Amino acid sequence: MKKELIELRVNGRSREVAIEPSKLLLDALREDLQLTGSKRGCDDSSCGACTVLIDGTPMLSCTMIAASLSADDEGRGPEITTVEGVAEHGAMAAIQKAYGDWGGAQCGYCTPGFIMTVKALLERNPEPSDEDIRHALSGNLCRCTGYTQMYQAIKAAIRAEQEGIASAGR
Amino acid sequence: MSEFSVIGKPVALIDSAGKTTGAGKYADDLTLPGMLIAKILHSPYPHAVIKRIDATRALAVDGVVTIVTGHDAPNKYGILPVGHDETALAVDKVRYVGDNVACIVAESESVAERALELIDAEYEPLPAYFDPEESMKATSDFIHAEKPNNVEKDYHHVFGDPDQGFREAAYILEDRYLANEVTHAAMEPHSTLASFEFDSQTGQPGRLTVWSSTQVPYYLQHKLSIVLEMPMAQIRVIKPLVGGGFGGKSEIIPLEIITAVAARKAKAPVKITYTREEVFWAHRGRPRTIVDLKTGVRKDGRITAVAARVIQDGGAYCSYGVVTILYSGALLGALYDIPNIRYDGYRVLTNKPACGAMRGHGTVNVRFAFESQLDELAVAIHMDPAEIRRVNLLKPPCITINGLRVQSYGLPECIDKVLQGSEWASRKGKLGRGRGLGMGCSHYVSGAANSIIRSDMPHSTVNIKIDRDGGVVVYTGASDIGQGSDTMIAQIVAEVLGCTLARVKVVAADTDLTPVDIGSYSSRVTFMNGNAAKRAAEEVKQKIVTAAARKMACAPEKIAMRDDLVTKSGAALVLPDTAASVSGRVEGQILRHSVQQKRKDEGPKDQMSFEEAVVAAIDFSAALTGTGSYAPPAEARGGKHKGAGVGPSPAYSYSAQVAEISVDEETGVVTVHKIWAAHDCGRALNPVSVEGQVIGSVWMGLGQALQEEMVWKDGLLMNPGLLEYKSPSAVESPEIITYIVESIDPEGPFGAKEASEGSLAACIPAISNAIFDAIGVRLREAPFTPDRVLAAIKARNEAQKAAFRGSNEASKPTQFREHGGSLWFKGRGPMRHPADPARAGATNEPDAGDD
Repeated sequence: MKKELIELRVNGRSREVAIEPSKLLLDALREDLQLTGSKRGCDDSSCGACTVLIDGTPMLSCTMIAASLSADDEGRGPEITTVEGVAEHGAMAAIQKAYGDWGGAQCGYCTPGFIMTVKALLERNPEPSDEDIRHALSGNLCRCTGYTQMYQAIKAAIRAEQEGIASAGR
Repeated sequence: MSEFSVIGKPVALIDSAGKTTGAGKYADDLTLPGMLIAKILHSPYPHAVIKRIDATRALAVDGVVTIVTGHDAPNKYGILPVGHDETALAVDKVRYVGDNVACIVAESESVAERALELIDAEYEPLPAYFDPEESMKATSDFIHAEKPNNVEKDYHHVFGDPDQGFREAAYILEDRYLANEVTHAAMEPHSTLASFEFDSQTGQPGRLTVWSSTQVPYYLQHKLSIVLEMPMAQIRVIKPLVGGGFGGKSEIIPLEIITAVAARKAKAPVKITYTREEVFWAHRGRPRTIVDLKTGVRKDGRITAVAARVIQDGGAYCSYGVVTILYSGALLGALYDIPNIRYDGYRVLTNKPACGAMRGHGTVNVRFAFESQLDELAVAIHMDPAEIRRVNLLKPPCITINGLRVQSYGLPECIDKVLQGSEWASRKGKLGRGRGLGMGCSHYVSGAANSIIRSDMPHSTVNIKIDRDGGVVVYTGASDIGQGSDTMIAQIVAEVLGCTLARVKVVAADTDLTPVDIGSYSSRVTFMNGNAAKRAAEEVKQKIVTAAARKMACAPEKIAMRDDLVTKSGAALVLPDTAASVSGRVEGQILRHSVQQKRKDEGPKDQMSFEEAVVAAIDFSAALTGTGSYAPPAEARGGKHKGAGVGPSPAYSYSAQVAEISVDEETGVVTVHKIWAAHDCGRALNPVSVEGQVIGSVWMGLGQALQEEMVWKDGLLMNPGLLEYKSPSAVESPEIITYIVESIDPEGPFGAKEASEGSLAACIPAISNAIFDAIGVRLREAPFTPDRVLAAIKARNEAQKAAFRGSNEASKPTQFREHGGSLWFKGRGPMRHPADPARAGATNEPDAGDD
């Protein structure tokens, strides 16, 4: 299939890629933009490892056509945020630090997807209840942690956001 | 001041930043210039002779580079020396739906996929076997010609006098338990990248480098050498970050060989990454296991004898099968004191993907049966289920009837912890109808005392070097697959050397750089690699201490190293203003120069910084390096009977669990509300990791107990995706309360033992026992899906218990969302021989011959 040049808004910047029109966003991110943080874990959009934010909403990049997100001639298009765009001012975001400190990530393969889901959750709802957190995370699979330590990490990240990063550690 | 400065404190995994920021690289994240992509053609037949593979049309596709078939790599291999029965691509025949037939190497994945469709492969179907008990009756068309009756291996062990034991029993129960097949489903699908370099002398492809998602880089190096007929020294295996293993990457998976063969043939770097469906076909998970179990007890609860007959549905290749069937028997011992054991184990071949090692290898399904039956016996003799377990505790140090040496034994404390936590005494049997508490216990090895390839070589070796910059570099072959072994090694080294964790850099699992470690399986890494790391660090420490003692003009025994300081004992501790910063880093260059100068001026002192001591040691004894290795002691290696090599371990971990559940008797849905899990890990080197491993194990057991199951239809997997293979999501996962019990093993590094597998097995019987407590129904087939729960309730209501026991048909799932994967969608499978007995009653006509 012949490639086409499209422009994507990724992590706050405009990126041009020449891709097949049928190419999935996940493949465009991983193969054409070398943003390999987003992972492929399944064939049927069931695991959430490829989760990215599209204008702040968590979506599965493995089921989106990259070209459908291309910017218009003025460079306006949906803002795609990947895990590589989560760190703030050159430092890890509170949620990224907390996932490490509290055992939220073991093998780490599902972690970028969870980070994106949690980021969206906390932006929507800065003080989620346990039930809110469970429901928000239910679209992402993890085979290592049993999720328990993720809840601790998320709560620590919320505390850190409220009180400053120093309180996120154990 | 606590005894330790680094271990015993919760620390983030040293590689966690890469994981949470996306910067860390897994195998599929890697690319090389000129890299090609390969895709594999899989068999649509469960059992067939390959008549012909014609790739003319496929090779004509623009962008296709080459095709690889079994004849390009015909040497057989297998993880066990007794089980060399695999070729990465089928040579003569295929043995399961999904078996590897050919591989197309192309410039892109889409080109390779298109070309796969154009390969003309012709098969001659053979009768296929799907049920192990049927497979054992086969008289012809064996899956492997050299394995008559399709029995891979059978073992018959008798310890003590089981017949006499049963005569002494006041109460005997005998039942059939069944645990269905489950798989690892690690989040990362397998991926391998292989690249050859040209040899400057010969001009031919020379050294090979392989990056692979593996738990066993050294075994991969070994098997690649067998198949490619290359010296091991010419092969470098690098393990990048691995996205979980659970045993699924603990042996050589076909793609790892195929990628290397393809790279050699294509003369370019090649990468293969499995789709999720291919991961299910590669499998190597926990086999469907039929356990016929008989246990006798006296009136006081003491077990007098156990007899178990175990049949495992091993799939089409040996894999770890011989070890799995031996573990099933051997680990009947070492949890409780059982005076008489009879064990008959059969590992049977069937035309399905091979089963292998999965978390809790070999023990889980038998433990489910045993702990369930013990619960029933407790009911029968009117004893509390916790009490019957206490009555049968071992009295270590001891050697069990089947030759397993037990030294540290935290099971009694584990039981106490979960009883207290769950308020067992006041709540058991009192939660009202439909809600109940159940208990289960389990144990696991801290590594096998005998390695797969029998030899006296160390199981782990670790090297350390420290340069004048004061940076500690540890070279370990241990494979971190997410369990945190790199962090554990760094902690042990930092503790021994008395330096901060931030000084320690771990270089791991690269066969060119790191000394041999046999891999991350059977929960061996903390115990074995940890001991090796400790010994290596002690060797280095000795050199530093000797030099420091000379500088401080005292005996070496007077020197202590802790928190980046080297101190003469008895001297008052003076914290220098240049002490380690929060991050543990010291302004090395400047400090060293100025302090050295100062020390020259001032003469002997009572205290040095770590860096000063390192410089002194290098000045004193040249290069500052150390090596440590570990091999299990002879006393821990077990008995002399056939098969005695599997089961012995230098130390065993212990677990006890209580589950609180409720059952909806209308729908059959079991809800787990809370699990209390206590685990004896010897010593928790990194409590946050131990807790995470215990919770993860319990949770994986929960999946097997309630919802995970591989569903087969004539050899075709009906749920080869994460949508249908139901791994518990956040909403289905209960709260798991953990208690870490530290029994301080005399041989473990700082007393540490296994933490990552042992807790899994206790969860399944804890839940089945809780179901009995809730509704008085005994579930003997896992997982306890709503269908099976309802069938069991119905069977009880109709008072047909005997009939239910005799047939598992009643509880087969009927309401299962099936799609059968890509083969099913393409209308291809399952196809089979007209004379195949499994076809009886099938409606679809076979499309014999050409595909």
